[in-house]
Amino acid sequence: MPIQVKRLLVVFAVFIGVMLGLKYFLTPESWREFGPYRGKALTEIADQEAKYVQMETCAMCHDSIADLKDQGLHISIQCEICHGPGYRHVEDENIDMVIPENSDFCMTCHAINAARSTSIIKQIDAIEHSEGEDCISCHNPHEPWL
Amino acid sequence: MNKYESLYEALANLDGYIYPNEIALNWDLLIVMYPYITGLVAGAFILASLNRVFAIKALRPTYEISLLTALSFMLVATMPLITHLGQPWRFYEMLVTPHLTSAMAIFGFVYLWYLMVVLLLEIWFDYRYDMVIWSKQKKGFMSFVYKVLTLWVLDTSPQSRRTDEKIGYFITVVGIPSAFLLHGYVGFIFGSIKANPWWSTVMMPVIFLFSAMVSGIALVMFIYMVVTYLRKQKIDMNTVDTISKYLFYILIIDFSLESLDQIHRIYEADESFDILKILVHGKLFFTFFIMQIGVGVIIPLLTMGTMMIKKPREKIRKILYLIISICVLVGIFYMRWNVVIGGQLFSKSFYGFTSYKVDMISGSGFWLSLLWFIIPFFILAFLLWLLPPWKKKESIH
Repeated sequence: MPIQVKRLLVVFAVFIGVMLGLKYFLTPESWREFGPYRGKALTEIADQEAKYVQMETCAMCHDSIADLKDQGLHISIQCEICHGPGYRHVEDENIDMVIPENSDFCMTCHAINAARSTSIIKQIDAIEHSEGEDCISCHNPHEPWL
Repeated sequence: MNKYESLYEALANLDGYIYPNEIALNWDLLIVMYPYITGLVAGAFILASLNRVFAIKALRPTYEISLLTALSFMLVATMPLITHLGQPWRFYEMLVTPHLTSAMAIFGFVYLWYLMVVLLLEIWFDYRYDMVIWSKQKKGFMSFVYKVLTLWVLDTSPQSRRTDEKIGYFITVVGIPSAFLLHGYVGFIFGSIKANPWWSTVMMPVIFLFSAMVSGIALVMFIYMVVTYLRKQKIDMNTVDTISKYLFYILIIDFSLESLDQIHRIYEADESFDILKILVHGKLFFTFFIMQIGVGVIIPLLTMGTMMIKKPREKIRKILYLIISICVLVGIFYMRWNVVIGGQLFSKSFYGFTSYKVDMISGSGFWLSLLWFIIPFFILAFLLWLLPPWKKKESIH
């Protein structure tokens, strides 16, 4: 066997040895606990800070608005769908939530769309319906009426 | 998804109906750079193989430059991926936890095979004899460096050179399918995603492969001309004419394959066709029609085609070759862009679009992408200094 090949075989053997050593020492503990991934990844993800705090948390301070919303057609809509995630606001009330005032936001759900069921979501042509007037000048989004 | 915390912010970037997990692109400019850089590696290597395996003598002056270019870009090829990871310090886990259930998990091994078994070995066998000579000519530290690089195999007998030659040839032969594997694999990553109609085509690995060859050949042509100019040497016009000839033919094959794929898509016109048509004529119009096809294919093909019919003077040819190589490199970059970014711009509901803008001010993607494209040129400059092809004794092949 030529000397070049012998020398290269030694180099490759060392490399493979190093790789096997790394595999032995660096393979994460929970690897293949459930499948080909770190089992601990599941708890790590679950432990991440929740950014959406849920309607019940909002109702703890904003009870009058929550009561109003419970009587209207938006009863099943979470507060944070329109106002954004509340995790910072919960920590510090001076951090404002988003307050959408533009009709375009309402049209995300209420614009005419053949793919949506009209029996569940009321759909309108914004220009024909209000001639450009903002929705909130007539409708209260916490208790919308038809 | 950290980009938009509230639906209200995100809505400004959307058209029509889109699923929540499609609002922000997960694969950004860095992931465009990954197939681009990998393609340059495969292409440059295949050009080197043309000289070695198919004995195309005119390409001899670019043989070592091609190999060193491939190595320079190969050393950086994983960096766009690693820096794109949310947890970059865990990148090594892919190598220490091999498994066959994910195509992406196999990349580490495709990469290592190509780097260790093909590129480094071929360069080592090609340079071993010269490194021995240089280790004797140089003094002090550099002599030691060359000795280390030869692995202390200091034999310069004709028989040892013949062995280098034979094994080098064998590695090149193995290297061609390996280069095909490397970039075919990158195409496979996209082509095998059946949920995305813009990516899911069996043609994808082949298209990626030919576009890789086109970009690698253009890059070597560019580097050869610039390096020769910087060394104040005469550019071998026979060499660049030959490279341009191969670039022309492979560009035609690449364009034909991509056209075939699009024609097939248009004729088949399945349920995703309407949204793809709007995508190509809308958000991708500039990058697809103008940059990828116009700048990257039509201009180079027309110029090279015209030059084949009527050869201009040497000085003009040099300038045109430089412009062509830049056009092709830009065109292939936009091809990668159209695949990676284009495939994420439309909703899999086929009813809407999101948008993507490279964030140059606050985002790190643009600057990192630029960095990973520039660094290989510095690595190449270092390798050309360490292993200058022009100081090699003529090999026996």
